[in-house]
Amino acid sequence: MSFTEQWVAFLTLVTKEIRRFVRIWPQTLLPPAITMSLYFVIFGNLVGSRIGDMGGFDYMQYIVPGLIMMSVIQNSYGNVVSSFFSTKFQHSIEEMMVSPMPAHVILTGYMVGGIARGLMVGGIVTVLSLFFTHLTLQHAWITLSVVVMTAALFSLGGFINAVFARNFDDISIIPNFVLTPLTYLGGVFYSLELLPDFWRTVTLANPIVYMVNAFRYGILGVSDVNVYTSLGTIALFVLGFYILALWLLHRGTGIRA
Amino acid sequence: MSALTIRNLTKTYGNGVQALKGIDLTVEKGEFFALLGPNGAGKSTTIGIVSSLVNKSGGEVEIFGHSLDRERSLAKKKIGVVPQEFNFNQFEKVYDIVVTQAGFYGIPIAEAKRQAEKYLRQLGLWEKRQSAARMLSGGMKRRLMIARALVHEPELLILDEPTAGVDIELRRSMWDFLIGLNEQGRTIILTTHYLEEAESLCRRIAIIDHGVIVENTDMRSLLEKLQVETFVLDLQRPLQSAPELCGFHVRLRDAATLEVDVPKTESLNRLFGALAEQDIQVLSMRNKANRLEELFVRLVERNADLAGKEAAS
Repeated sequence: MSFTEQWVAFLTLVTKEIRRFVRIWPQTLLPPAITMSLYFVIFGNLVGSRIGDMGGFDYMQYIVPGLIMMSVIQNSYGNVVSSFFSTKFQHSIEEMMVSPMPAHVILTGYMVGGIARGLMVGGIVTVLSLFFTHLTLQHAWITLSVVVMTAALFSLGGFINAVFARNFDDISIIPNFVLTPLTYLGGVFYSLELLPDFWRTVTLANPIVYMVNAFRYGILGVSDVNVYTSLGTIALFVLGFYILALWLLHRGTGIRA
Repeated sequence: MSALTIRNLTKTYGNGVQALKGIDLTVEKGEFFALLGPNGAGKSTTIGIVSSLVNKSGGEVEIFGHSLDRERSLAKKKIGVVPQEFNFNQFEKVYDIVVTQAGFYGIPIAEAKRQAEKYLRQLGLWEKRQSAARMLSGGMKRRLMIARALVHEPELLILDEPTAGVDIELRRSMWDFLIGLNEQGRTIILTTHYLEEAESLCRRIAIIDHGVIVENTDMRSLLEKLQVETFVLDLQRPLQSAPELCGFHVRLRDAATLEVDVPKTESLNRLFGALAEQDIQVLSMRNKANRLEELFVRLVERNADLAGKEAAS
């Protein structure tokens, strides 16, 4: 395929992916908006007013970046894992496999679809948060880099999960038993400085800590970890996951007999 | 130039099943080719490998001279595949399915829409273009898969059981459509369980069984191998027992129906003469089975015997 043909194929796949999650917006865009609004009301307004300041900001302001990032992580992952597994389940993946689309175009198409949903939900949650608190953007490029790379990373994670999944249970195990605990323990609701030394060290092994803190740095200008270490770590993970996913797709793991 | 060349193709699945044992096959450009075989013979595995849905274990596949290993993209552009099972997103609209498939081949959107309209109209689906695919009847879904396979104008069209579960009227109209495509110069490879279909449409045929090609020839030569045909005769008056007819093997199916094996060397005139001598009046006559079906069963049975002997030794 020429570059132009690959570009057309890529846009076709991205458009298909975006059309899919927009078409089923009550399942994809509405639930995170409701869930995050409840977080804002309960943790921000009701509980947060009794907690006081954290990291120099009121509690509501402090948790908003983490909540935005939480929704980006869950939705970018969820988009690709469910979409790619559905195409496997319905065998419509064969439409792509018989076509001359190279593996990297397929993978990048799904990844961009996941990023699109992550960013769209992140945008909705950000707009909702403005009804509850005031936000300023301290470092626009860092904010944008972190959110896009995080969405890319979890889109690729969702893709790898879908490659190995054999049934619908397999696509809910990682989100429920790995992503949710890591996100809740990833500094969304608290500063690492509140933790005892031992648990603080343990928490630093959680990659989501770096994403949440780098994003919080971009918006509020405060972070528990070095921002450039965070950016580098996320970029390395994105590269590693991309190479792994591409290799799996090229081999036809979980797709071709 | 050959449309499809398969050399020493082997496939062993993860569970150890050897689906293909080194098959060689050539389909020339412009042919209407039938690939027949009983269930589990290796037809779908062969088609799966050619269409990149199954990984091969060994051997080589070339499509219009392009190796599937070394010039994958060029080779894939030449093929359109209509699989046995419905493999589209049931929730998508008919039109979107076809336009999207064109996009996967790198066809710009305006041209993709033109192509989709052309084939949806030709296959009688244009009025249903805004319907979700799940709302279509079984026959319409089959036609949708044909439209999708043709949208990028492939030179080689592979159809795996395209008329399974389709009513007779629609099957005939699909035959006409496929004959039209073939007459325009497209090479067509067909697998089917309807041997009448293969006999009507295809000029060349290969029979695969237990992962090996047991026959690969043109339809006329194949049918010439049929040594005996069995006819069913409906009689005017009932008989007590089967009559003795010199040169023919006769069985009484019921009192008013005879089955007669007619060797190819014998004429039907002699059969009717012998029947007339015994005052047996025939009301009607038909083939017991499709000619190709008889041959197919014999070839497959012979191959099964050989496979059994090989396993025993």
